[in-house]
Amino acid sequence: MSTIIGLTGNEAVAEAMRQINPDVVAAYPITPQTELMHKFADFVANGKVDTEMILVESEHSAMSASVGAAAGGARAMTATCANGLALMWEIVYIAASLRLPIVMAVVNRALSGPINIHNDHSDSMGCRDSGWIQIYSENSQEAYDNTIMAVKIAENKDVLLPVMVTLDGFILSHTLERIEILDDKQVREFIGEYIPQNHLLDINHPVTIGPLDLQDYYFEHKRQEAEAINNALEVVEEVSFEYSRLTGRNYDVLELYRMEDAERAIVALGSTAGTVKFTVDSLRENGEKVGMIKLRLFRPFPYKEIYEALKNVKSFAVLDKCISFGYGGPVYGEIKSALYNYQAFIPAVNYIYGLGGRDIKPTSIKKVFDELKHITKEGVNGKLIHYLDVRE
Amino acid sequence: MEKPLEIRWHGRGGQGAKTAALLFAESAIEEGKYSQGFPDYGPERMGAPMRGFTRIDEKPIRLHSQITNPDIVAVLDQTLLDVVDVTSGMPDDGIILVNTHKSPKEIRKLLKLKGKKVCTVDATKISLETIGKDIPNTVMIGAIIRASGVLDINTLIKNIDKKFSKKYNKSVAEANIRAIKRAYDEVNIE
Repeated sequence: MSTIIGLTGNEAVAEAMRQINPDVVAAYPITPQTELMHKFADFVANGKVDTEMILVESEHSAMSASVGAAAGGARAMTATCANGLALMWEIVYIAASLRLPIVMAVVNRALSGPINIHNDHSDSMGCRDSGWIQIYSENSQEAYDNTIMAVKIAENKDVLLPVMVTLDGFILSHTLERIEILDDKQVREFIGEYIPQNHLLDINHPVTIGPLDLQDYYFEHKRQEAEAINNALEVVEEVSFEYSRLTGRNYDVLELYRMEDAERAIVALGSTAGTVKFTVDSLRENGEKVGMIKLRLFRPFPYKEIYEALKNVKSFAVLDKCISFGYGGPVYGEIKSALYNYQAFIPAVNYIYGLGGRDIKPTSIKKVFDELKHITKEGVNGKLIHYLDVRE
Repeated sequence: MEKPLEIRWHGRGGQGAKTAALLFAESAIEEGKYSQGFPDYGPERMGAPMRGFTRIDEKPIRLHSQITNPDIVAVLDQTLLDVVDVTSGMPDDGIILVNTHKSPKEIRKLLKLKGKKVCTVDATKISLETIGKDIPNTVMIGAIIRASGVLDINTLIKNIDKKFSKKYNKSVAEANIRAIKRAYDEVNIE
């Protein structure tokens, strides 16, 4: 039986963590840490979990302690955001290359400078090449659900990689919404008992983790890591399907919204996907054939699925809440590669938007759909990267 | 596409506009509705103007943008009327509720309002007399429920009882409930 309550995104993820009851949680207890870890620390203090909570002196240490715990065979979790994730960066790569199934909630916030505490995706997009699986959440319900699914995805023996579950800072983290919470028992049965593979405390099968690995084998280990994250796509599909059967909430690597006969589409991730759905509904009332594709899984990137979803549209736009300076939006780049892989040419433009928490409204999304009308008729005309709602 | 019912709360840092926005949303969820409650995300400082937002709907709410065209506006501090354009973006049939000893007629004149339903309640006086402190947020929620008919007052009372008894104590919860009931009865609706 599930319970319906009002929770903020931070509270929803903390609640999922309570139900997961990880062996170890390491966290830096000061800004840029969010209320999420504060809530979880309450659970620890009140004896609601068996977790060993380690409060460390920096985000770099938070990830280091998570790596140590996971290497010792513990189910380890942490959470961070923005510059905290940036400080973790060195160890973020190590966690993935040591194949440690750590789950980390990332409350997406802008990177300095100038100093900004609001939402965009610069922090997690900066980790896109790190070997972590990345799942984006549209609302707090998804942040809760994704956190539970992430444990099972990370620990799958064909994957054994860390997973980042992201939720938009403030827009989700500080917004109270209606959430359906599973029973503790359902969550524990779903994730199952953690049986660590090749860990340091298994004294009958001694292993070395993280030694020097030079020209002789380093490349082979990286090759295996590449294989593991590619395996993750199918595992994400399987775990999402299993979770859908448990909860009735359908999850896949992509969500297609009113795409059946769509001629123009927007691709978005995170909370903006909801605002796009609202806009699609209102344009559909006027007979406009528009739709939306929500990218739930960004790493591994679902190339084939995105091509299949887009192949029949006449034009589309990709919304990116991040800039890869000197290029454009990271999601846009991936999607164009996906189409190239399948020799599809569809006029497509990129809209960078919402940096540093700039609000995105249905009226702005409508502007993008309107622009796609011209692009359908006249093609892209050279200008690929646009900036939405910015003073020029 | 019909948008959800949207409420904007204006207060000063420390008066509980954020709590009001979230409590109202929570009560709507208790009634089986869909709702969002969120603050204006700034560096909150005691006494500085700040805002809270609530959305309520019978169906899932997908919008995640800020609220610019609120159906209902609640002003927790009448000194804000001089510094903030509290009616910005409101439709003609919107409802505005102000914490003041003044009458709706005086507020209408002061804000030069045409159309709109104007309501007032002396939430500061009520909160001082019941809770013993100038924290007008829960009082304003009671008044909004009366003025708009959006939620059932009993859901709110039940929610406050549960939440405040746990967070503070039973007597704080009871004082807040008395305040809400008085606000519900004493709100002036034009």
